[in-house]
Amino acid sequence: MTTYIIRRILLVPLLLLGVTIIIFGMLQFLQPAERAALYIRDIPKNPEALESVIRTYGLDKPIYIQYWNWLVGQKNPNTGEIHGGILRGDFGYSRVGAEPVIDMIKHRFPATLELAIWAIIPIIVVGVWLGIQAAINHNKFIDQFARVFSIIGYSFPAFVFGLLVLMIFYANLKWFPPGRLSNWVIAEINSGSFKTYTNLMTIDALINGRLDVLWDALRHLILPVITLSYISWATFLRITRSSMLETLNQDYMTTAKAKGISTKVAIKKHALPNALIPVVTISGFTVVSLLGGVVITETIFNFPGIGSAAANAASQLDVVTVLGFALFNGVILILANLVADILYALVDPRIRLSTN
Amino acid sequence: MKATPERNLNNHSENGLSTESKEKLNLLKADVIATRKVGRLERIIGKETYRILKGLVTTPTSIIGLVLIALFVIIALAAPVIAPPIPGTNPYSMPRDGYSAQPKPPMSEWKSGTPPIPFWYTALTGREEWVHLMGTSSNAYDIFYGVVWGTRTALKTGVIIEIATLIIGILVGSISAYYGGVVDNIIMRIVDIFMTLPFILAALILAAVLMPVLGRSTLPSVIALIVFGWMSYARLIRGDILAVKERDYVLAARVIGVRNSKILFKHIIPNAIFPTLVMASMDIGTYVLNFAALSFLGIGTEVGYSDWGQILSFARDWITQLGTYWYIVVYPGITLILFVLGWNLLGDAVRDVMDPRIRKMQEASSSSES
Repeated sequence: MTTYIIRRILLVPLLLLGVTIIIFGMLQFLQPAERAALYIRDIPKNPEALESVIRTYGLDKPIYIQYWNWLVGQKNPNTGEIHGGILRGDFGYSRVGAEPVIDMIKHRFPATLELAIWAIIPIIVVGVWLGIQAAINHNKFIDQFARVFSIIGYSFPAFVFGLLVLMIFYANLKWFPPGRLSNWVIAEINSGSFKTYTNLMTIDALINGRLDVLWDALRHLILPVITLSYISWATFLRITRSSMLETLNQDYMTTAKAKGISTKVAIKKHALPNALIPVVTISGFTVVSLLGGVVITETIFNFPGIGSAAANAASQLDVVTVLGFALFNGVILILANLVADILYALVDPRIRLSTN
Repeated sequence: MKATPERNLNNHSENGLSTESKEKLNLLKADVIATRKVGRLERIIGKETYRILKGLVTTPTSIIGLVLIALFVIIALAAPVIAPPIPGTNPYSMPRDGYSAQPKPPMSEWKSGTPPIPFWYTALTGREEWVHLMGTSSNAYDIFYGVVWGTRTALKTGVIIEIATLIIGILVGSISAYYGGVVDNIIMRIVDIFMTLPFILAALILAAVLMPVLGRSTLPSVIALIVFGWMSYARLIRGDILAVKERDYVLAARVIGVRNSKILFKHIIPNAIFPTLVMASMDIGTYVLNFAALSFLGIGTEVGYSDWGQILSFARDWITQLGTYWYIVVYPGITLILFVLGWNLLGDAVRDVMDPRIRKMQEASSSSES
């Protein structure tokens, strides 16, 4: 197993290199003047000044030099300061956000994190529970129901579901508004009477002992959480069901039953641990994709996370910003996949016990 | 279609065969009748294909799926009859009834820029003035027209993306699997890298950078979805080919000195990819969904292009008043869902029919029940 883990860790730099190359490649579709946003905040309009900016930051140099500059940054000969350089954490300047891309990510990330934390619980618990029930009651009513439910879930685009939910619960019933906080909470944060510690509003509300703020934050979270859950349940249900069905048909299950244990105990002790192995992988994958910002759900509910920021920047053709978000997202994905794969190796005895 | 096997076999045995072979034939006939009737269709297309086809036309879910898909194909083909375009304009751009930002409810009358009235409308209702059957969206675009012609956009983009991703996937996957070793390793790492990027975000970016280069059309989104969509096919096909590659007939071909490319394209691919091909072709629904998602986010087609995602994106201007303007969401939304549902229902049935593991389980459960 050690070899497996070492090999897996060695893959990380390679993946990072590949992702940066693809993102850098997409940057090449932009004009040099637009790419200057990687290094400076205000791109000059005047052609001579623009020319000097392009020369200063080597935007007309051969592509491998540009790639290197993009990685480590480029020194401004007049001031001696280093600008840009994704390895230094400088992703350039956002036109839409009017701030450095990395600051924009920092401001937006807590909202995405909070949504991810709240969404992942119902997604996994309900999805897996439904899958197990469907498998245990194979070909009975609940199985057929789960099947139809999951096909419809697969076919329901997040944006249609989100709009319908908004139409019912916001426009008609006025229960759950879009956005992240009501204006009065934002006003209190700005005036300093409500202190933010973690920027996760539900937790901050508890620290401040303010149940009204907690309720407000939850009211805004409910619709996006429902949307994300409904879309993801189908996947969890399907994977749990088929994995569980396969496990239930294994010889050791027959053996267990032949020994005389009740079906319930056999399922709990022998089937579940093995059947849930693929669920571990898909859970890791889901957490990661939630952390990367769910572009569509956040956009519909106007939830100020990473995903909606990326979508907004893309629709205004602020490519430097979107690529910064993609890079951030890619790095999270690579690291989280590493963790998920190692966890998988630890959970699955077939990998854990192999000497190769 | 199904001829009885007795008649079929008799037709052959009539042709002056020796008694010996007639006896053999009788034996064979008895054998066939004893086990199962084999129809003419089954003989022509082969046992396995016949089983799959039969599974598809007898499963209720796949029938619903097939009907839905057929319906959409008919709508797409008959679009000029169902919703005639204004002569001399691009049929894909939705006609506008004035320039008012305010949406108009279903069945409200056309005031200006009215396209020709379809014949079925006068025949059904007897009325002479054309109405907005599904209302209008922001900026007075007719939703009914957009939904009908959007079906063409959907099928067209879906099929193009499907074919292109499949071709790339087959080429990459089969080269990787056939050559193996270092080539395989390098290619699969490239696949890993592409899979690392978050799909919808990556497609969003590529479409966004392509838009200034190619202009607003369906092209940027289509290209973006192709570039980030082929990887899973490459993996699937690689797996299939690795299994077929070890068969004896491939070894035999290599021994007699057949060229590598010929072995790959003549002997391996045709035997390895059929199941993957069928399963993959059911992904059209997903591609259309992703295309609509990009349009919904404001990337891709020009404003006013008949495209379900774009009509839905108009609803974003009216989030607080969706109770009044429900028709901007409901009509194109339901159309998109039914389209995707059709492909998913069919795909689900195909997967069940073709997956040997599920088949085994079903046989096991049905035998234990009987």
